[in-house]
Amino acid sequence: MDRLANHGAGTVEITALGDRTQAALIGRFGIEQLPEVQAHLATLAADDPVTFDLSRTDRIDTSIAWAILETEHRLPDKIDIAGANPETAQVLDLIRKGRPQADPRPVKPHGLRMFLTRLGEKVAQRGETLASILGLLGLFIARLGQSVIRPRNFRLTALVHHCEDVGLRAVPIVALMAFLIGVVLAFQGSSQLRQFGAEVFVVDLIAISVLRELGVLLTAIIVAGRTASSFTAAIGSMKMREEIDAMQTLGIDPAHALVVPRILALILMLPILTLVANAAGLFGGALMSWIELGISPAMFTTRLIEGTDISHVFVGVVKAPVFAILIGVIGCEAGLAVGGTTESLGRKTSAAVVAAIFAVILADALFSIFFQQMGI
Amino acid sequence: MSEAVIEVRDLKAQFGSHVVYENLNLDVYRGEILGVVGGSGTGKSVLLRSIAGLLTPAAGSVRMLGLDMQSASEAERQALSDRVGVMFQDGALFSSLTVVENVEVPLHAIEGLTAETKEALARLKVSLSGLPWNAGDKYPSSLSGGMRKRAGLARALARDPEIVFLDEPTAGLDPIGAAAFDDLIFDLSRSLGLTTFLVTHDLDTLYSVCDRVAVLAERHVYATGTLEDMREIGHPWIQEYFNGPRARAVSTKPAPDQSAEDS
Repeated sequence: MDRLANHGAGTVEITALGDRTQAALIGRFGIEQLPEVQAHLATLAADDPVTFDLSRTDRIDTSIAWAILETEHRLPDKIDIAGANPETAQVLDLIRKGRPQADPRPVKPHGLRMFLTRLGEKVAQRGETLASILGLLGLFIARLGQSVIRPRNFRLTALVHHCEDVGLRAVPIVALMAFLIGVVLAFQGSSQLRQFGAEVFVVDLIAISVLRELGVLLTAIIVAGRTASSFTAAIGSMKMREEIDAMQTLGIDPAHALVVPRILALILMLPILTLVANAAGLFGGALMSWIELGISPAMFTTRLIEGTDISHVFVGVVKAPVFAILIGVIGCEAGLAVGGTTESLGRKTSAAVVAAIFAVILADALFSIFFQQMGI
Repeated sequence: MSEAVIEVRDLKAQFGSHVVYENLNLDVYRGEILGVVGGSGTGKSVLLRSIAGLLTPAAGSVRMLGLDMQSASEAERQALSDRVGVMFQDGALFSSLTVVENVEVPLHAIEGLTAETKEALARLKVSLSGLPWNAGDKYPSSLSGGMRKRAGLARALARDPEIVFLDEPTAGLDPIGAAAFDDLIFDLSRSLGLTTFLVTHDLDTLYSVCDRVAVLAERHVYATGTLEDMREIGHPWIQEYFNGPRARAVSTKPAPDQSAEDS
């Protein structure tokens, strides 16, 4: 008798009996013994018929039964299974009946063709998203117009709630961010301007860059990260729980109830947040100029009022409502595009943030070109 | 009766000041299918989670396969988890993996299995759970609720556990799908010699699958026994549940094929 192995609970014995081979499984077998059993069964060649002697088998699990039946499949008409106790026979029977039948896999296009297919799909998707964003913008304007005509239907409570959420709660982070930007500008500006003995121009540097560009742009980016994601998540989870479908069946217009208050709140709040950011940025700049360059607050104020035109403030603030519409529409559109699954909610939320920040920066660039051309 | 594989003694669950159940005692015997029923909020799922080790009980003890869960070391619990499978209500499949990859997850812990073996075993379990081959390559989000439940069952059975816990296996399925799932649970439990602990609301499941029923009422296991025993118990909820119009409709149906029980 050729005793090959003795590990774990069960033992496999493979014996040559003249013109046939006998494979005996002795003891209990679980999935832990599968690699070993597989190794033994792989040595069985197609030369002779094989008898599986299961008379001394206490118990096998489905994986061992699968391995035995795989061997039967590999060596057709050569395998004979004998002596199995009722439990073992039942497991073998179950696996024989449940043996999966492979389906032909669908042929996927590959190479250049796949690349072009994917590219085309992506472009078409982007186009659809853009059309849907424009559609929502139109819907927002139409519903806003209706609210003006029939103010009774307007949801003031929702608007106030969203104003608090979007505006008031964003004040600390926006103010802190702008303050630090002011500090950084003063610090970097002073070290450069000192080389020319033009330290005092740091006031102009801070004022113009914060008021014209950085105040509104960075506020919009923070709000895009904060608010676009929360719009998508809130509307998307309503979509997932079929709340939006329920609204439609009850005759409530989702655009009117969900989209208008949110975007309108953003349009009202973003200019205010921009002013907060401007003030905090100037304060940070003034503080750093005082510490670093010895420009007193009084001198900073005088220089600020004399040297910086009020038009810079307007150039900055006028962009805020446009950014607000972009952020709001992109956030709400992504929320309404959420499918039935939690994965799509997560994907859409992060996509909305990226798209909103990108749109804000793109719009800012277009504003810069416009103001440059107009000489403002 | 055969040995008890789960012994619950004086178990208590509490959330804040709300006591879900206390002094709860329950034995589950090897090879049986036990159905746990009870009204909403009586703590059926909480009980399942406490026994499966997902919740720490406020008091009392749970012994599973001879191991006291409270005093067991981390390694012992780990070893026990290989012998226990849980199917959650909606399958609880990992959304980033395909069905076959989900079923392979428990197999990764076993040393020496080749990737092909793991995939073949996973496909076998998927097929045993009654899913078609091509469902194995799909992600959970593109499956129907019933298919997700089947995939969840396939994952729970991946390592041939001795005990499986099923949380509302037929909830949300259509009657035909639910009946098919009941048959599947019955067949697999009997042919694999599983001990099955299932929580359900479904009277059909109780009648066609369960050997024994445990009723949760008045903050503990009010009664255990066969369905016939339940009809004799005077508790109003149990009377209404097992002798109500729905129960009578189910119980007059012809009994399912129970021949597998004899072997």
